[in-house]
Amino acid sequence: MSAPLLEVRDLKMHFPVKSGFFSRTKARNFAVDGVNLSINPGETLGLVGESGCGKSTLGRCISRLYQPTAGEILFKDANLAGMSHRQLLPYRQNIQMIFQDPMESLNARHTVGEILEEPFLIHGIGNAQTRRQSVSKLLDTVGLPGRSASRYPFEFSGGQRQRIGIARAIALKPELIICDEPVSALDVSIQSQILNLLMELQKEFNLAYLFIAHDLAVVKHISDRVAIMYLGKIVEQASSNEIYHRPFHPYTQSLISAIPIPDPHHSATRILLKGDVPSPISPPPGCAFHTRCPKASESCQRDVPILKTVAPEHIAACHFAEAP
Amino acid sequence: MITPLLCVSGLTTEFQTDEGLVRAVDGVSFDIPPGGTLGIVGESGCGKSVTALSIMGLLPRPNGNIQSGRIDYRGEDLVAADNARLQRIRGNEISMVFQEPMTALNPVHTIGRQLTEVVAIHTDQSPAEQIRTAVAMLQRVGIPAPELRMTEYPHQLSGGMRQRVVIAIALICEPLLLIADEPTTALDVTIQAQILDLISSLQKDFGMAMIMITHDLGVIAETCEQVVVMYAGQVVEQGSVFDIFDRPKHPYTQGLLRSIPKLTDIPKQPLDIIPGMVPSLHDLPVGCRFANRCQHRAAECDDAGLTVDTVTEGHSVRCLKWRQL
Repeated sequence: MSAPLLEVRDLKMHFPVKSGFFSRTKARNFAVDGVNLSINPGETLGLVGESGCGKSTLGRCISRLYQPTAGEILFKDANLAGMSHRQLLPYRQNIQMIFQDPMESLNARHTVGEILEEPFLIHGIGNAQTRRQSVSKLLDTVGLPGRSASRYPFEFSGGQRQRIGIARAIALKPELIICDEPVSALDVSIQSQILNLLMELQKEFNLAYLFIAHDLAVVKHISDRVAIMYLGKIVEQASSNEIYHRPFHPYTQSLISAIPIPDPHHSATRILLKGDVPSPISPPPGCAFHTRCPKASESCQRDVPILKTVAPEHIAACHFAEAP
Repeated sequence: MITPLLCVSGLTTEFQTDEGLVRAVDGVSFDIPPGGTLGIVGESGCGKSVTALSIMGLLPRPNGNIQSGRIDYRGEDLVAADNARLQRIRGNEISMVFQEPMTALNPVHTIGRQLTEVVAIHTDQSPAEQIRTAVAMLQRVGIPAPELRMTEYPHQLSGGMRQRVVIAIALICEPLLLIADEPTTALDVTIQAQILDLISSLQKDFGMAMIMITHDLGVIAETCEQVVVMYAGQVVEQGSVFDIFDRPKHPYTQGLLRSIPKLTDIPKQPLDIIPGMVPSLHDLPVGCRFANRCQHRAAECDDAGLTVDTVTEGHSVRCLKWRQL
């Protein structure tokens, strides 16, 4: 087995919650609370969870938009977690991001050509002529006409803007791209175009993806392995097929049963969860899921379950983990 | 034949914009029997929400106008009805649930006030009775400690709880028709399941009809009996939920069903796609509006005068070539 491209060890991101006159830290938001994961070259790891589970924060820690509170981010054996901005610079071009809303992540006052040229300028790559060539090659790669370079983001539709976002992300030939809900703002017929493009680019450039999304059907389709997150922790992880056919964790089971199936003959047997996700500022003691779990017993309120192997290449954190 | 509760025929709604007149809804027709569920599915800009606003009489004036068509509700044409009459129907006999509960609720009024306001307008209950009605309704939509929640403000509730409050407001007068416009799009999957479950059990209890507007074909398949597929302001296909999912005839419906990732798919295979994108409403072709993205396009598809064809009783399609597909 080859060495992983990225390895995250016991990563924690605790945001201070400030209030009052002197902005004293009153509490801490345990957004990411002890996450381990690894991604191999050319592989897609899907990261699924509901809003507020910490999946976007985790992505932003790995791309070092946030400075994590604790833990290690090993990228090709270098630990990015404690690095300064200057030390990070050579690694920045290797880890790129694609965001949910391309209208907000593209500078509205720059032409598409300027947006795509910027990464080359920052890293001092090429001269004016080679940069222009690179830009037109990028546009071609993501399926946009060459004349797009002189136009502004608002002149494009949502799907085309996401193509611009993707072109910017692949400009410097990164090895890892953090995709944070890249298709959730798009219409159904456009969504499949973008998913196909991401899969083609992965093959062509041997890209690794951390694919963050809440739509399980989309994540299953694009991922090799899937990790399920709940309140700052990974609760289950397995190959894409395995996790959908044999989920062990009660949270994964209910999450999968909750997806509306586009087939009127399918009769859903739903595991309806009670209540809402608790606040990450005061996560419940013991297993964080026990407040909503249909299987919870007394020990779940006390003992924190650890991730253990439940089947080959399949881990879950539950005292009562069992196949459905 | 049951008399339909609501019968929309030839509905055409236009908006005055800076770039000229835009026809957002163009000749839409459908009807709903009492207690029935109709789904309207389509992508952004297809006119599904404007159709709902037209029925509710909530088009932004003076820019939005119903240009032609009828909306017959229990034998009364709502297009011709005056504002006073519409206000008596709205929130009482026909109600609406919106996508984003935070914008649908008034942030400076308590939950209790927003619920009792509806009761006060439409019934002659005393203030004490209004409060009792409101508490009972909150209980019915599954809100714990309803008396306490009555005194709270929208920001103190979670997204799922807020949507329950919006549903409680919509249903407090036991309407005959509920229009739900993307009621679960802003919610998480597990909360979406709770809300869909709640809506369908309330629908059964109250015997009300429902129009479910969504882009999610999964939600349509689970909740609806009849389905209307819209594209660029027009109905392109219409039929029972089984007609649409088992025997789709329009190339757009077929493409949409094929292009969504399914849990039964083998991972990492290329998805079927619909190439290109929806034409701008400012610049619509005279012929079939889907032609530029259709793989079955023929020369005659670009001619004007495309009409709706009947496939079987209750199943219709707006396509010249459907027999050959």
